[in-house]
Amino acid sequence: MSISRRDFLRIAGFSTLFGLGAKSAFEMLAPGELEAKLAPNPKALTAKRWAMVVDMRKLDEQTAEKCIEACHRIHNVPDFEDPIDPKDKVDPAEKVRWEVKWIWKEKYEHAFPGQAEVAIPEKIHKLNFLLLCNHCDNPPCVRVCPTKATWKRDDGVVMMDQHRCIGCRYCMAACPYGARSFNWRNPRPFIKSEDESYPTREIGVVEKCTLCAERLAKGQLPACVEASKGALTVGDLNDAKSKVRELLRNNFTIRRKTQLGSNPQVYYIV
Amino acid sequence: MKEPVKSEFGTVGEKPKVEKKIYNRNLILAGIIAFVVLITFPIWNLQGKSVPPPDPKLDTPVIQKMPEKDRKCIEDKNYMRNYHMQMLDNWRNQVVRNGNRQYTSLSGKKYTASLQNTCLECHSNKSQFCDQCHNYVGVAPYCWNCHLTREKKLAEAK
Repeated sequence: MSISRRDFLRIAGFSTLFGLGAKSAFEMLAPGELEAKLAPNPKALTAKRWAMVVDMRKLDEQTAEKCIEACHRIHNVPDFEDPIDPKDKVDPAEKVRWEVKWIWKEKYEHAFPGQAEVAIPEKIHKLNFLLLCNHCDNPPCVRVCPTKATWKRDDGVVMMDQHRCIGCRYCMAACPYGARSFNWRNPRPFIKSEDESYPTREIGVVEKCTLCAERLAKGQLPACVEASKGALTVGDLNDAKSKVRELLRNNFTIRRKTQLGSNPQVYYIV
Repeated sequence: MKEPVKSEFGTVGEKPKVEKKIYNRNLILAGIIAFVVLITFPIWNLQGKSVPPPDPKLDTPVIQKMPEKDRKCIEDKNYMRNYHMQMLDNWRNQVVRNGNRQYTSLSGKKYTASLQNTCLECHSNKSQFCDQCHNYVGVAPYCWNCHLTREKKLAEAK
């Protein structure tokens, strides 16, 4: 039995189509066994839109320090002035260059440039504002990230995926709040008390506050909020009955650099 | 004797005699032998020696404390042996990117999907457990650049 060229091509074409189609159909229809088995913890704290209110009337210097300490301790943030081996200690000028921070203190005119009016009340001028990632509604860092290592979650948290970060530092250039830090060197020698429940970072990645995503997922409030004795509040901006909305309703609040259009979600009561 | 070259017109000439000779014969032969010896070095060097097979240890304090019948990994031993890398890869994507942090095993038990907090809870002996096979097959996963092991604490406890 012979086969014509036309028939041969027809059969070959159809069998290729069938083979490729069947494979992808199988891959699409087969249940993702592993993925289906993972689900969010039912105890997790959830929100439509997370937001934070910092009550500067309640936040004194010691409380602010405590918030910073709590955050940096549980997230294994390196302190270049306090290394494990004293020989590694860096001088203050280098420390500024290498500093890694998730939450930090800043004066009014540095935190709110452009809003520094000619004459402001003396007490506000003296305040040290507690700054952190603003978890913007329109985050410029997310727009520029080439690998989607940073992205905005559905609940508004601007997350970091250290597994994907390639250390290009576009996000640092984009962030108008200085909320992001680059690991210029291996942070491990500068973490005195390692928290074994949280990873460190490695050289060459950018890090920042994640609104304690790992704690929210377990049903715990962010570490800074817990340490702040009521000065910091997180809650759902979409829920009119939430604590955050109540504070915003009853107090005049300011936000950092709203003129840039990033729509930051950390509100300050002054 | 020279070989005649024939064509359809008869004998048209003679083939020149080619001397069959390798120039620098000794040097080339020595070179070839040296090359073969070098390239097969890994094979005959290990001749007769046996590389000890990986021997992952399960004698960590947490595992020892478990009652004998509960001494199981989150999935079947063979499944874990073959697919733990896919599982961990899937975990990290699901946990970090989708917030799915709770793993339900085939037996229905629930675990927190976390290398550092769940896997290392029992397998706190990274160098005696993870590294055993990883070194044997020559893979170097970069998990540990960021994820902390519990070995320091384990050593202090001893």
